[in-house]
Amino acid sequence: MSLLAVKDLSIHFGGVKAVQNVSFNIDAGIVYSVIGPNGAGKTTLFNLITGVYKPTTGEIKLDGEAIHGKSPNELAVRGVARTFQNLQICMNMSAIENVMVGAHLRLDRNLVKAALRFPGLKKRDRELRDEAAQLMDFVGLAQYVDTRADAMSYGALKRLEIARALAMKPRLIFLDEPAAGLNPKETIEVDHLVRKIADSGVTVVLVEHDMKMVMNLSDRILVLDYGKKLAEGTGEEIRKNPDVIAAYLGAHA
Amino acid sequence: MKKNVYNGLYLVIAILLVLPFVLPNSFYLDLAVRMAINAVIVLGLNLLIGFAGQISLGHAGFLGIGAYASAVLPTHFGWHPLLAMGAGAVATGILAALVARPIFKLKGNYLAMATLGLGIIISIALRNEAQWTGGPDGMPVPAMGLFGFELSNDKQWYWVVAILLSVSVWASLNLIDSPFGRALRALHGSEVASQVVGVDVVRYKVAIFVLSAVFASLMGSVTAHYVGFVSPNFADFFHSIELVTMVVIGGMASVYGSLVGAVLLTALPQALATFEGWETVVFGAILMLSMIFLPKGLVPTLAAKFGKGE
Repeated sequence: MSLLAVKDLSIHFGGVKAVQNVSFNIDAGIVYSVIGPNGAGKTTLFNLITGVYKPTTGEIKLDGEAIHGKSPNELAVRGVARTFQNLQICMNMSAIENVMVGAHLRLDRNLVKAALRFPGLKKRDRELRDEAAQLMDFVGLAQYVDTRADAMSYGALKRLEIARALAMKPRLIFLDEPAAGLNPKETIEVDHLVRKIADSGVTVVLVEHDMKMVMNLSDRILVLDYGKKLAEGTGEEIRKNPDVIAAYLGAHA
Repeated sequence: MKKNVYNGLYLVIAILLVLPFVLPNSFYLDLAVRMAINAVIVLGLNLLIGFAGQISLGHAGFLGIGAYASAVLPTHFGWHPLLAMGAGAVATGILAALVARPIFKLKGNYLAMATLGLGIIISIALRNEAQWTGGPDGMPVPAMGLFGFELSNDKQWYWVVAILLSVSVWASLNLIDSPFGRALRALHGSEVASQVVGVDVVRYKVAIFVLSAVFASLMGSVTAHYVGFVSPNFADFFHSIELVTMVVIGGMASVYGSLVGAVLLTALPQALATFEGWETVVFGAILMLSMIFLPKGLVPTLAAKFGKGE
């Protein structure tokens, strides 16, 4: 059985049908990419699956359990992590604290114990700090461990989001344009990073415009256009698909 | 969070220990007690406003509930003052939770509006229920007794309040640098980011709102017993604004800023007494100027200027 099964998923914003009857399955352990022109509904699809939006119709199943309509924090409990196309970093915190927040659900969040500084809680926090520092090293941010988030560059913050998502120890991670706005060198680094994440056993769902990266990394690709599923298949199948070529290059190409 | 944040606490404790021996007379001791009481309230309020990013314009209302619980319950029903204080705190907590839950389910910052209304309602209720509260004239509060020992003079109150303040500073510092505190700051920084890592945003906002309301209620009770008298002014809208101002001037999301804000704004009316009738105007002008030149508040601005930043 596939890890994530999406069936007939739609969402309407007033008259705009941002996602229409999209169905697909994602097997565990693969890199699955969602591509399509700007406005095709890729981010909306991510927002639907990660609970930020509630679908108008359709169903989403994670490991057989219906998860549509659940809130993002309920999905986090089930091991779904994500990053954002437009950065969502807590600028009021240090870089490493942003990563530590990712481990929220694995910690004792008791208010009274926290206020009274229970030794167990403090010890766990120190361990977590080391763990977070390792994660920052893993995504290539070792030199930023003691930096404030608002003092970091855009490219570094992109990777900080990935580190935060990984701190959840997710089963499934959604990366929304991790290479957008990055220079070619940084893009290659993110490419390697996504590969490392996938190799560590996390299922990766990727939205990305960098075709080289998508073709290089993806086991399967979903193509969206105007909110509808245009094609789905391996990189090779997608590359040859006439509909996809038409959508990307114009009908007469 | 740096390792040295607790150094400030040692400084606070040192100042509190030395203070009663250097203050020239009881006027200043009284001022110090009131500063410390306000500091505890502002600490709680800053957890809500500065750290969690939610604004309450009705905290004086919660303070009023605590104060009147300590006045009415022992006077009319013969309750022990400590029990009355606890009852006030519990009632405040329940009220705060009941109001906050539906509000926080809405997107956007509606808490300010709701608490504004709530504070005014509480203040009107206290004014109108004259048979219980003495109405606009207020009412006397029986003395607070602790284990057969009666808290009567300012010196004793000073030590009680000094301990409360030290513990509150310590607890606030602990809380901020904990999983709970990080979740709070995260939902302030990016609500959606905190949600996708599993933070139940509504629950955390309600929790911190209730906590800060209960702080205010408890300190309302303390004030009532200390002053020996309560009046509806305790719960006044202007008092709520004053508390928010202390947070903002001292520095949002700064524990020590809360203390500085409370100390300065408690002292300010005394210092401005020479302006006779114009205090409020001067008060407002100082507020405006500090917003223009120190938008982050005193302590964070100075920390950024003279230290490596907070």
